[in-house]
Amino acid sequence: MKTDIILAGVGGQGILSIAATLGAAALNENYYLKQAETHGMSQRGGAVVSHLRISDKPIYSDLIPMGEADIILSVEPLESLRYLPYLSQGGSLVTNTTEFKNIPNYPELDKTFEELRKKFKIVQIDADKIARDIGNPKASNMVMLGAASPFINIHDEIIVEGIQTIFKQKGENIVCLNTKAFEAGKKFTGQ
Amino acid sequence: MQRNLFLGVEAIGQAAIDAGISGIYAYPGTPSTEITEYIQNNKVAVERDIHREWSANEKTALEEALGMSYAGKRSMACMKHVGLNVAADVFMNAAITGIHGGLVITVADDPSQHSSQNEQDSRFYGKFAMIPVFEPSNQQEAYDMTREAFEFSEKTKLPVMIRITTRLAHSRAGVVQKEILPENELKLPENLMQFMLLPAYGRKYYQNLLDKQGWLTELSEKSEFNTFTEGKDKGLGIVTCGIAHNYLMENYPEGKCPYPVVKISQYPVPEKWLKKLENECDELLVIEEGYPLVEELLKDYFEKGTKVCGRLSGVLPRRGELNPDHVAKALGKEKAETFKVPDNLANRPPSLCAGCGHQDTYFALNEVIEEIGDGRVFSDIGCYTLGALPPYNTINTCVDMGASITMAKGASDAGLKPVFAVIGDSTFTHSGITGLLDCVVENTNVNIIIVDNEAVAMTGGQDSSAKGKIEKICEGIGVQPEHIRLFIPLKKNHDEIVEIIKEEMEYDGVSVIIGRRECIQKIARTKKINKAKKQA
Repeated sequence: MKTDIILAGVGGQGILSIAATLGAAALNENYYLKQAETHGMSQRGGAVVSHLRISDKPIYSDLIPMGEADIILSVEPLESLRYLPYLSQGGSLVTNTTEFKNIPNYPELDKTFEELRKKFKIVQIDADKIARDIGNPKASNMVMLGAASPFINIHDEIIVEGIQTIFKQKGENIVCLNTKAFEAGKKFTGQ
Repeated sequence: MQRNLFLGVEAIGQAAIDAGISGIYAYPGTPSTEITEYIQNNKVAVERDIHREWSANEKTALEEALGMSYAGKRSMACMKHVGLNVAADVFMNAAITGIHGGLVITVADDPSQHSSQNEQDSRFYGKFAMIPVFEPSNQQEAYDMTREAFEFSEKTKLPVMIRITTRLAHSRAGVVQKEILPENELKLPENLMQFMLLPAYGRKYYQNLLDKQGWLTELSEKSEFNTFTEGKDKGLGIVTCGIAHNYLMENYPEGKCPYPVVKISQYPVPEKWLKKLENECDELLVIEEGYPLVEELLKDYFEKGTKVCGRLSGVLPRRGELNPDHVAKALGKEKAETFKVPDNLANRPPSLCAGCGHQDTYFALNEVIEEIGDGRVFSDIGCYTLGALPPYNTINTCVDMGASITMAKGASDAGLKPVFAVIGDSTFTHSGITGLLDCVVENTNVNIIIVDNEAVAMTGGQDSSAKGKIEKICEGIGVQPEHIRLFIPLKKNHDEIVEIIKEEMEYDGVSVIIGRRECIQKIARTKKINKAKKQA
């Protein structure tokens, strides 16, 4: 078993909550895990990326080699495209559709996604709206994790346990809302 | 066995606690900051009351750590690579005094300059000072080697450097911990002149350091962290240093590299293993993160011996962080074609946060500059360095901590007037005060704008040593009180800020203009912490 995930977003969007949840899940399953993240200067509204690797065998590199990521999981559409050389043939791209426009030259992306759709599987999901609909706008990242979950080689129950581990300090209510967000994202991709 | 997910820096923090340190001394700097933060928030560290406050800069931090070592206790100093330049004086000399309680200096390098002005390789400092350097290749080694480094320091009576790079610092993996050791007892050095470097003593101690070098090499050859792995194909022999080992092994998924490999994680280099490799193999490939230190050492100057390849020869890039793909290429492995980044992709550089006070200062300063012309604003290191980018384009220089004030002074001395220096509150107390004193002594015509957000903001909002002290420091040094001005960087105060800057520009002497408003990220973080405390 091996899953290599590129997590992408903009500094401050909290992609690390997704990484932490999968990390907790991997640890519960006794899998090996390596997760490289971006700290420091780029966190000030710049592009951030995390390489997340889970395997039942020891992992050497903290960085995923080019062309070997099973999933690009991005919480922002422009950022989902920045790391395409990492995606494997047969890999999937899962992205939020809510744009984060803090640059003056933000490109028009509809046609780009249309083109790329011919090359690999793409899931575009309005995670912010789904999170609002279930009553927890802050849970959009768990919607994203749910949307990506069909492509991750870890059972859903184990990821949900990961959600419990990560959010239990914040109370049962928050755990419930985030689990609901995860389920809603999963349902979207399933359809 | 119980594994905890640790960033490399957290593994080092935990190992330092478990090794029984009595103090951590540091100034924040990416990618080293979280070592100290981890210890600050650790339950055992709090219970033991391990010293864990921030120091004013890396030099004071290392000197304080050395003082703790003098008193017999174990201590750690940590810093980013360029921080070691600040601490270089004490660093070089602590190698000659040696230590009493175990002293470990963790230095985090930043190849590819993710958050730094250069990518200098601290292993050169280790070699320069002739002290042992540990370079872990993964998070577990980061833990194990740090824990052992204190004992090693006491055994060799030398400070030990732990050298990591960004990738290991900020990557997480499962780590198994060992038991926690008690702290050392308070105890004076046996030789009370051990730390006395008057030349007569210094010569003797330097000779001691030289005499230890052969022993240090022997210890490196015996170290479990340096290994020789046999390989059938002697066409190539490979040397890996630290984290670079992972990029080699990533290319052999079953863990079987066909070539003999010397893995180096402890310096001075293990001569015996390198000689054996050179003896057996036709050619050598050196894979190291940072500068080509080992490659240079092994490279045959007159090119009559074994061919050595690496970053110098060009099979690996000369600059920047390594990755598995670079190493695959160096090994001659063909990679399949990958998807391309779309042409219309826009860059997203870091920027000042919405609502940040630095913006208001820069917009006001820009209005003044418009009248006098570009090229007169000296600055240095902090969030405010982002004022070099659009839409501000305000500042012209960023060289090192504190260089805003001193470079402005030099330019003013040369006749460039008016000149401005933009410096942060924490950078001011780190390295700006002495430069200000130079200005005051000569009453140089400079306009120093201290952008005071009451935090070390870029590294995550740590407390600034400057808090509540800036006016008193300036006055105490001798800045005329009427030329110490204060404003609040808010949009609504724009005209007032412009006016203050213009007035001080007219004054032929030292002006200090302080723009004070707390970092908005810090306010948000404090709110979050307080809310969490209330709930608990």
